[in-house]
Amino acid sequence: MHPRPPAPPGLRRRSLLRGLAGAGTLAALPALAGCSSRDPNTVTLTSNRANAAQRAAMQDIVGLFEAESGHTVEINTFDSTSFQESINNYLQGTPDDVIAWFAGYRTRFFAERGLISDVSQVWEGLEGAFTDQVRDLCSAPDGKQYMVPDSTAPWAVFHRRSLFEENGYEAPATRAEFVELCERMRRDGLEPIASGVREGWPAMGMFDHLNLRLNGPEFHLELLDGLHSWDSPEVRAVFGAWAELLPHHQADPLGRGINEAQTSLVRREAGMMLCGMFLTHVFPEGEDLDDLDCFPFPEFDAEIGADAVEAPIDGFMASGTPRNPEAAHALLAHFGTREAEEVYTAVDPQALPLRLDADTSGFSPLEAKVNDMVVNAGALTQYMDRDSRPDFASIVMIPALQRFLSRPDDIADLTASIQRQKLSIFGQ
Amino acid sequence: MTATTLPARRRRRIRPARAALHAFLLITALAWFFPVLWAVINSLRDYDYTTVHGYLSLGGFTLDNYANAWTQGEMPVYFANSLLITVPAVVLTLFLSSCAAFVLSNYSRRFNLLMLAVFLAANLLPPQALLVPLFRLYTSIRLPYWISESGSLYDSHMGVVLIHVAFQIGFCTFVLSNFMKAMPTSLLEAARVDGASVFQQYWKVVLPLCRPSLAALATLLVTWIYNDFFWALALLSSGDKMPITTALQNLQGAFFVDYNLLSAGSVIVALPTLIVFFLLQRHFVAGLTLGASKG
Amino acid sequence: MATPGTTAAPPAAPPPPDRRRPPRGRRTTLRYGRRDRISLALMLGVPAFLVIGLVWLPAAATVLLSFTRWDGIGGLETIEWIGTQNYTDAYTLYPPFEPALRNNLVWLLFLFAVPTVLGMFFAVLLDRELRGGPVYQSVFYLPVVLSLALTGFIWQLIYSSDQGLLNAFLALVSDRPPVDWFGDPDINLYAVLVAAGWKHTGYIMLLYLAGLKAVDPSLREAAAIDGAGPVRTFTSVVFPALLPINVVVVVVTVIDALRAFDLVWIINRGRNGLELISALVTSNVIGEASRVGFGSALAVIMLAFSLVFIAIYVSTVLRGAQR
Repeated sequence: MHPRPPAPPGLRRRSLLRGLAGAGTLAALPALAGCSSRDPNTVTLTSNRANAAQRAAMQDIVGLFEAESGHTVEINTFDSTSFQESINNYLQGTPDDVIAWFAGYRTRFFAERGLISDVSQVWEGLEGAFTDQVRDLCSAPDGKQYMVPDSTAPWAVFHRRSLFEENGYEAPATRAEFVELCERMRRDGLEPIASGVREGWPAMGMFDHLNLRLNGPEFHLELLDGLHSWDSPEVRAVFGAWAELLPHHQADPLGRGINEAQTSLVRREAGMMLCGMFLTHVFPEGEDLDDLDCFPFPEFDAEIGADAVEAPIDGFMASGTPRNPEAAHALLAHFGTREAEEVYTAVDPQALPLRLDADTSGFSPLEAKVNDMVVNAGALTQYMDRDSRPDFASIVMIPALQRFLSRPDDIADLTASIQRQKLSIFGQ
Repeated sequence: MTATTLPARRRRRIRPARAALHAFLLITALAWFFPVLWAVINSLRDYDYTTVHGYLSLGGFTLDNYANAWTQGEMPVYFANSLLITVPAVVLTLFLSSCAAFVLSNYSRRFNLLMLAVFLAANLLPPQALLVPLFRLYTSIRLPYWISESGSLYDSHMGVVLIHVAFQIGFCTFVLSNFMKAMPTSLLEAARVDGASVFQQYWKVVLPLCRPSLAALATLLVTWIYNDFFWALALLSSGDKMPITTALQNLQGAFFVDYNLLSAGSVIVALPTLIVFFLLQRHFVAGLTLGASKG
Repeated sequence: MATPGTTAAPPAAPPPPDRRRPPRGRRTTLRYGRRDRISLALMLGVPAFLVIGLVWLPAAATVLLSFTRWDGIGGLETIEWIGTQNYTDAYTLYPPFEPALRNNLVWLLFLFAVPTVLGMFFAVLLDRELRGGPVYQSVFYLPVVLSLALTGFIWQLIYSSDQGLLNAFLALVSDRPPVDWFGDPDINLYAVLVAAGWKHTGYIMLLYLAGLKAVDPSLREAAAIDGAGPVRTFTSVVFPALLPINVVVVVVTVIDALRAFDLVWIINRGRNGLELISALVTSNVIGEASRVGFGSALAVIMLAFSLVFIAIYVSTVLRGAQR
């Protein structure tokens, strides 16, 4: 750069100085802002339920608690993805007293590492309120409970009722009927199965369901727990069945977000979609949402049947050392009450209550149907990323499933690669 | 000024070239601006409408997204947090890096090149890679409670400010030291002759001359620091301390994103950086006239 | 104390008498009093302390962690030392590793080939007093200031395979099947590079504008009087005078290419054709999936690459200083 002549500095320098002084004062502000002391009546809550409906539902049940107990609840809402990405550090830092989270492996993992605290005391008041399986999913191997469950958003094959009626489609019960329906839909100019897996994790749903139907829930859970080889005929059969279904899927799933795939169902471009109840957020309330219907993922093997349901369970846990343990337990107990679960699930369209005594009379036909599937399920699973080690699920399986979707003819090589990576993560 | 004394004949001859230049700029600028415009148009539409009719339709226009983003996103609180992080971080970065650049560009070159490399290389490191050790460091630095409610550097605005400063010093020092090296040494010599101390030389002679450089860096720093949500998310745990960019993410749910609402929120959030750019752009122009007056 | 405005006196001017000033002819360092030495130490020391403490110290810890297996939870005693196994694993059984290296290189080459050149071109065009110049400047700079969320939405609206503008336009002019801009691993990198270039160009333009303003206008006038055309003037007079800013631009572009992260992360978390080392590091160290050791090993590899460029840069500057 070339030298320039000196500027007449008087005014400029003064304004610069003033600017710096002002900024100095501002720099001191964050320090001053930290001068508040903690109120013993306050309990803090971190929620990852960030949709407008979910926020409203959280406000409602927290409001009930505040009115009943006289405590004040400070809610911190984080978007779920960001929160998931920072959870490890979050729990080791200065976490809130109560934290919304997921049951299964993901609770067990933190319990074993001592990052969350035992809430079996709260469970004493919840005796008989939940099924034993739900209780197990909220427990660690030490037999104690670490989570109070509140709701679930189960998976099924969703479709528009009116579209099925107009075209005379029947809900398929078996693999053959399913494939036949797909072929009919294709002839009628529809995309049979909406598919969007750009985010990666949505691809796990199809693997889970095929594995559940072909190899049964027991094998499925053991496989995800690292007990079986991934380079096995069973796993290759799952990918094989998936490869046969792929032509019935919407093309190019890897570039399509899950919300976009759901939208094609709303717009009657696709016939069906394997998805969780959270699909309901995308359907405009009223006519469209009322038109939504579903059926269980069909049977692929008559001996295994089709009664295993993927029903990820959400709930609340207490941080390792809550600053206000009594109030935290009181809040957790409140979240486990029938009233709180009913109020919450009435507002959040994706959530079904888990309590056995929950009032189901207010359910929409769709909710009633899904709820029946859960109640009569032969087995409940969570979802691949909740039933397995998170590092395996996200770092190995997502790229592997994406690779399968772009090169479905290469199954043997794929399962061998998964197995190699599995060994390096799970150990021998 | 010499520029105005160019022969008029020359001016007229380049007219067609001018027209082509303007046409080129206009077309490129429109191409550049169009994606933003398209997003802004869609931020003005109702989500249910675009779900049913698709983004390629027109209709469903509403201002609700902006109103909802403002209230649902609780924006005033988070704007204040962003201010409390961005302003101190930018000022501190510019002050410290101009200090460092002053020393590095005027004293003992060998050692200083090494220091410059240390600063600059730090700027190149991937922040994600430092996350785990840094998190440990932050939770282990104890601070009195009157400074940080959490009792440590973790979960305090000060911690976020410091990491931004540490990361940005490198680039700013580099730019400023280049700038300072190009200054005539006679200025400093004269100040020394007048008995000015080292700090006075820096503060009264060099710093005022760096204004154009500082303005350009301030524009960039404001953009970077204000738009960052990585450090805030990693080093803050209280929702009420988050800056606006991180809080904006809270408009998305896990399984559902109302993109129209989110982009309305993003447009609101982008306004301060745009304003800063427009304000500092004027200073560039001022710096230009200063240089041209040499003639 | 004289104001800078009046210090145009040549350095050889006789020293004013009666000033507290050490005798001439001594070595430079001794010319400064104690207070000055303290000032110098603080002015360099405080920034150095911050950079070393908050960046280099954690970086060193990362290098150590790259030889371990650790999930980032619990005390230091939970760290398991496993030697160089993470590095072996990265090279041998981590499929995204090799594409990530290649993509980072493509990213770097692209940034140099297109947005850097374009940014310089815009800057040269806009440097003169042009009607509407500030407006053009603002438009080209606009993408730089937009947040990640908005940028993601913008390119989603354009590239979406079902509802994107680009495919809608292509459907009008040809009847080939829609292009999967984000999902096809053979093209999605280039689609994203367009978005990255869109952001990077404004930034480079800004840097060159700042640099061009420092170019002495009399040089250009002299060239014009000599009858040089605008292209000649630029190549023989302006560009050489831009050397310092060129170095800045090279460094900035290398930084951006190595740390490229945001766009691929928001699109698909850096998978399926969009692998970048920074995204691999991130997906390994954050979240519940913390493989801190393995992620650190990837980070160290990334660090090693950046050090190569830093070495090249420092040696360039050294040569310049010796001249």
